[in-house]
Amino acid sequence: MKKDVTTSAIGIVVLTLLLGILYPLFITGVSQVASPGNATGQKVYVGGKLVGSKIIGQQFAVQVVKHGKPQVDKNGNPVTTPDPRYFQTRPSATVPPDNAAATTFSNLGPNNVATEQAIASNIQAYLALEQPYDRGLTKAQVPVDAADSSASGIDPDISVANAQIQAHRIAAVRRLSLARVDSLVAQYTHGRGLGFSGEPGVNVLELNLALDRLTGGH
Amino acid sequence: MTFAGWLTIFLFVAILTAIALPFGRYMAAVYTGERTILDPLFRGPERILYKVLRVDPHKEQDWKAYAKSLIIFSLAGWLLLYLILRTQTLWNFTGLNPQHFHSGTWDVTFNTTSSFLTNTNWQYYGGETTMSYFSQMAGLTVQNWLSAGIGIVVAVALVRGIISRSGSSLGNFWQDLIRTILYVLGPLAVVYALVLVFQGSIQNFSHYLSFNGVTGLANQIGMGPVASQEAIKMLGTNGGGFFNTNSAHPFENPTAFTNFIEMLSVLLIPAALVFMYGRMSGNRRQGYAIYSTMMIMFLGAVIVAYIAEAHGSPAQHAAGLHTHVFAGSTGGNLEGKEQRFGIAGSALFNVVTTVTSCGAVNSSIESFTGIGGAVPFANLSASEVIFGGVGSGLYSILLYVLLAVFIGGLMVGRTPEYLGKKIEGREIKLVVLGLLITPLTALFSTALATASSAGRASISAAATGPQGFSETFYAYLSQANNNGSAFAGYTGYIQPNAGNLGAHGVKLADILGGFTMMFARYAPILFALAVAGELVGKRVSPAGLGTMRTDNPTFVVLLIGVIVLVGALTFFPALLLGPIVQGLTGHLY
Repeated sequence: MKKDVTTSAIGIVVLTLLLGILYPLFITGVSQVASPGNATGQKVYVGGKLVGSKIIGQQFAVQVVKHGKPQVDKNGNPVTTPDPRYFQTRPSATVPPDNAAATTFSNLGPNNVATEQAIASNIQAYLALEQPYDRGLTKAQVPVDAADSSASGIDPDISVANAQIQAHRIAAVRRLSLARVDSLVAQYTHGRGLGFSGEPGVNVLELNLALDRLTGGH
Repeated sequence: MTFAGWLTIFLFVAILTAIALPFGRYMAAVYTGERTILDPLFRGPERILYKVLRVDPHKEQDWKAYAKSLIIFSLAGWLLLYLILRTQTLWNFTGLNPQHFHSGTWDVTFNTTSSFLTNTNWQYYGGETTMSYFSQMAGLTVQNWLSAGIGIVVAVALVRGIISRSGSSLGNFWQDLIRTILYVLGPLAVVYALVLVFQGSIQNFSHYLSFNGVTGLANQIGMGPVASQEAIKMLGTNGGGFFNTNSAHPFENPTAFTNFIEMLSVLLIPAALVFMYGRMSGNRRQGYAIYSTMMIMFLGAVIVAYIAEAHGSPAQHAAGLHTHVFAGSTGGNLEGKEQRFGIAGSALFNVVTTVTSCGAVNSSIESFTGIGGAVPFANLSASEVIFGGVGSGLYSILLYVLLAVFIGGLMVGRTPEYLGKKIEGREIKLVVLGLLITPLTALFSTALATASSAGRASISAAATGPQGFSETFYAYLSQANNNGSAFAGYTGYIQPNAGNLGAHGVKLADILGGFTMMFARYAPILFALAVAGELVGKRVSPAGLGTMRTDNPTFVVLLIGVIVLVGALTFFPALLLGPIVQGLTGHLY
């Protein structure tokens, strides 16, 4: 009994040092040397300024201004509207949307009225944004990723179908040909992992930054 | 459903089996003291650890001594983890609390500590808004290793009890634990953590990134030593995410490729342990029989989950969303799922992590369809025997094997024997007690939480109708099975702002959950060790013509029958009230 207590007491301290301090430090050391870009979050800079992480979704929206005053909601978060010059990420359940410092699921159940309302309003918002530029777009063509909220709340990707619909708006607003935008979408589409695992997707941040480079941000 | 989806599932099973076979052989060498290829690397550190811990590795322990060491060591771990989490601000001098989070309240810390000690990793807290890097590393990561190690050593001890030809020794707890850490978990975790970084996981101690995004909006991104924790979280079937959204977070699971590796890493050790058992018992077919049993039930679960999720949910259809697959769109129920994983990658991940005690999620289980969500329920109802947690899966299914042998023996009217050892009344009493504790704890806690207003306070506002019951039932079923996945709307911690300041726990959820996890972890461990203690000294009689074989398809069918029967009889009424109602009606609540 006494022996077990001694060994346990020493053991938990020694193993904490080994597994809780030494092991993470070792992994950190090796990664910072071997793959510093990844280890620090694949930061993306524009003109020397940090604008995001390549693999973290962000909101491409602007704050609503009424009577010269930027609008905030009751929690002090900015009230935003999508910036039509940019491809939009998936619906997010975090507060505010795409908050990578407090991620959360929507936790909306499959048979709940709240879920139906959330999805219906996502569809409506999507159509309101895209239909003016893609007259033939119907509810039936809205891809699921544009209406269902993501798991992480910061999904960096959208589906190819979603990007191709948004391409109509981007082409019109940025005065580019649809073919040009579509080829850019294709360029930033990644395939399945190892060719079979998961789904193809389009990295929204990379695509938007490529657009900015192409048209100088307009 | 897509061809790529089915191909993923098929390749997953094939690759898993191909790597678990040799790894099982390696593990058998580790636990029988044979030379392994890693001996030159780890013999030295192993000896040093024995010396520092004042352990005599040659001292044989009977089941009581083995259990005593295990319990006392767990208690020490519990106390240290609780202390670390409650004194989070005290460690600011290390620089590992860049966001200056306060310490968690006592109630949620009680739950969290019990959760990580028991390999459950149930989380009422969100990692990036409550935990300092120091707490995540020195506190939680450590128990990710140790709780996995303890599960494995209990399985090894039970195996020794079953196959031993003489005496009373089950081995030495300390030796088994240290060898598990050095030879089994250690090398895998180091390599795996680095692979994750190369694929895009992060590993740093920076402040959270604060910046204005492309359109000028303020953004903040959580950072931390993620890959090191992610690796052991998956390998040890722990499942507690560094971030709140767990393996859905791009920093924990950056690509569809890492998603595939993460799934493999969860099942690798549980599957290898089964092959190890076959080898150690001297008849590899014993291992193959158990592996087949697990794999058949696993495949059943995967197929149902994938089909259900590919069909979409009633809420989607009511909202007018079309959920069929078309060019460039995954279709299906993508609510609470990530684009890069898609439907198959999410459904398979979900089954992998709920048949084991992993409980990591890469998608929101609460948003799964009724039938898709019933699959994790069913997996948990099988009491962690379809691969199960590292170690706990093997010792639990071995208890089921003994029960099946006993029932089979009664059916043919012979004295039940397993590997030449007579299975008698005393062992079977211990087996049945060991098997019933988990379901009884789950049902008791669910009843208490459903029937009291203090319990119902945890149900999320949007979870109306059967969803509220599903949330509650899943919470206690998951905690009792030491799984840790959640219908995450169920709340045990109310936090107005990031950083624990002004936060408070939901006391009933925290405390009942904490006790549920500990009781349903340590009581079955003690029964498993007691069964080992009973069996270890039994004489082995040679197999005769009348011996019931336990390594053929007939026995596999019998074993599946027993598992399904016990699980179904125990849980079916409760399952009807939640997920099955939702899956059958298509009605909105």
